[in-house]
Amino acid sequence: MDSLAPGLQPGSTTARTVSRQTVASVHDVTKTYFMGELAVQVLHGISIDFYQGDYISIMGPSGCGKSTLMNILGCLDQPTSGSYFLGDKDTSQMNDNELSAIRGARLGFIFQSYNLIPQLTVLENIELPLFYQGHPEQHSRRIATELAARVGLGDRLHHRPFELSGGQQQRVAIARALSNDPLIILADEPTGNLDSKSGAEILKLFDELHQQGKTLIMVTHSDELAERSQRQIRLRDGRVESDDRLS
Amino acid sequence: MTDSVNHATAASVLQRLTVHLRPVYWTRLRKTAEVGIKSIHAHGLRSLLTVLGIVIGVAAVISMLAVSEGASFEAQQQFRALGSNNIIVKSVKPASLEASGGSNMRPQAISYGLTYEDILTIQQTIPGISNVIPSRIIKKDVRHLGRDISTDVVGTTVDYPISRNYSLRSGRFFSADEMLAQRNVAVISDEVASALFPMTDPLGESIRIDGNYYNIVGVMEPEAYSNLGRSQAGSSNAAPTRIFIPLSAARYRFGETLVRQATSGVEMETVELHEAIIQVEDQTQVEAVGQIIEQILERRHRRVDYAVEVPLALIRQAEESALRDQIVAGAIAGISLLVGGIGIMNIMLASVTERTREIGIRRALGARKKDIVQQFLIEAVILSGVGGLIGVVIGILIPVIISLFWGMTTIVTITAPLLAFSISALIGVVFGIYPSIRAANMDPVEALRHA
Ligand SMILES: Nc1ncnc2c1ncn2[C@@H]1O[C@H](COP(=O)(O)OP(=O)(O)O)[C@@H](O)[C@H]1O
Ligand SMILES: [Mg+2]
Repeated sequence: MDSLAPGLQPGSTTARTVSRQTVASVHDVTKTYFMGELAVQVLHGISIDFYQGDYISIMGPSGCGKSTLMNILGCLDQPTSGSYFLGDKDTSQMNDNELSAIRGARLGFIFQSYNLIPQLTVLENIELPLFYQGHPEQHSRRIATELAARVGLGDRLHHRPFELSGGQQQRVAIARALSNDPLIILADEPTGNLDSKSGAEILKLFDELHQQGKTLIMVTHSDELAERSQRQIRLRDGRVESDDRLS
Repeated sequence: MTDSVNHATAASVLQRLTVHLRPVYWTRLRKTAEVGIKSIHAHGLRSLLTVLGIVIGVAAVISMLAVSEGASFEAQQQFRALGSNNIIVKSVKPASLEASGGSNMRPQAISYGLTYEDILTIQQTIPGISNVIPSRIIKKDVRHLGRDISTDVVGTTVDYPISRNYSLRSGRFFSADEMLAQRNVAVISDEVASALFPMTDPLGESIRIDGNYYNIVGVMEPEAYSNLGRSQAGSSNAAPTRIFIPLSAARYRFGETLVRQATSGVEMETVELHEAIIQVEDQTQVEAVGQIIEQILERRHRRVDYAVEVPLALIRQAEESALRDQIVAGAIAGISLLVGGIGIMNIMLASVTERTREIGIRRALGARKKDIVQQFLIEAVILSGVGGLIGVVIGILIPVIISLFWGMTTIVTITAPLLAFSISALIGVVFGIYPSIRAANMDPVEALRHA
């Protein structure tokens, strides 16, 4: 088990059947932005449990608070009130250092605009989470090489991001999100910048990750994309409008 | 688990720390430095212009100190050669006599300078003087066979070589007996020897001065510094061509009055002694004795037709002037490094703004604030360190060039480049702190949204 790269470990069969192990849960989360005197409440008490192996799509009209929720789930931001448990840890009381540590250890991020670091090569970008986790260099290098091959970029290891197409860059980002074997992978409109063909490739990768038992949370505008997930959550005006499990 | 951590002994904590730190810490530092170098490299010209302030500052300080150190070393060597227990009293032709040359063509008789009386008084009234070596220095043409050379003929006493720390290359100095007997014996300098006797051994030969023959008994070693005993008789300080004869013989042969053809007409110049070396027993008393000599001469002379040189005081002055140079160099260093530092801060702030999104990405992927601070600090230090290094190279080259083209002695001490380099690296830290902290304190969400 240990000798395999984390992203490559085959998912347990129990994850694919309906196992109800909670990996994360938000309870009555609110978020209010203060702009001077003006308080803007974006999230109005959101409660969701996320289970091991879930493939969730979050939908809703623009401005309804999807990204705000994702930022909280990603420990990049903290709720104004309510609690957020990630694994066994309550994040609402964490300080900046602890939040950084938990992001590095338990979360994987995929952004709409890829967000690779331009000075670094494909390999170095994929290694970055492991670098901040303090993994030994050779170990990181091996994992990154395997993951690059896994997303179909085994021949681009030493290319820089600007030498790659959008779809390829997003695949690097996926490999990077897998490198630390996260509890949850968060993807905020991952295909938003891609043409339909590249987008389809990314979604195919997501399907594979789901097959392997990864927990995926994806924000999307498109019903068609949401169809491929296994659980759809609709937000409206900062509230959960519906939470449907498909199949 | 937490219990065992809480109760961990200091030793085990230390062990855990070192185990944790050793390999990872260095890898991390190296990788962070690599990223820093890449970012600096990506803006090559901009980075170069940024560190120019530090380059110039460091180079200027090192070369200034090298020149100052060289000058001070040279001065100290010279003064040390004069003897640190010595006081040198010289006759100086007063400026008033020089000017009053006038346009009248009648012969002028002038008289100035040290007298035997002066020397005697000094020797008898001041305690702690171990020896006095008076000399008369007269410029003469010296001949041997077909060759001749214009040289200083120094009439002096037997202790002259010891007092000046000169040694003989061959033969001997003249003796006390020869002194008493006013014998025509001469000791010639190395330069005179090579001018008059290019092929043969001068020992035992004789030279002619004003129709008198002098038997050569010794040849001096070449002198390291030419302007030491600069003569009163007007010789330049080019090469010290000198001939030493007994003072008694000089007095007897040449008298005390020198007749010479000046621009204004015939001039008769009377000088009893041109120079006297006064040796003090105790080095700590040298400067005090020098002051007493000044006072005695001041009382005995109507005008300032003498000069008192205390080599020890000159050494001290050279040291002081070197210190002054160092302070000036330090001030220049301070100013240019400050300017360089501000340049680095400026460029680091720009870099932080440009790389806002990168900071957001790194924070999302698990970088703590401290990792971000470290990254930008390392970049600032690399920038200033590279600047310092270039400055050190240029700062070492400039003195070499100065020595090569102007023949000045320059000395680059080990401390100057080391200190300049360390300070420039420190500048990177000091002026990198603010931009780095600003980078670390960015809100990750905001940073990720940045265009
Ligand atoms: N930092 C902020 N300050 C103030 N308002 C914000 C901030 N971030 C988001 N908002 C507001 O919160 C609302 C939800 O934003 P967001 O979560 O980005 O929506 P979306 O569902 O389109 O991703 C929007 O009205 C937005 O203007
Ligand atoms: Mg959004």
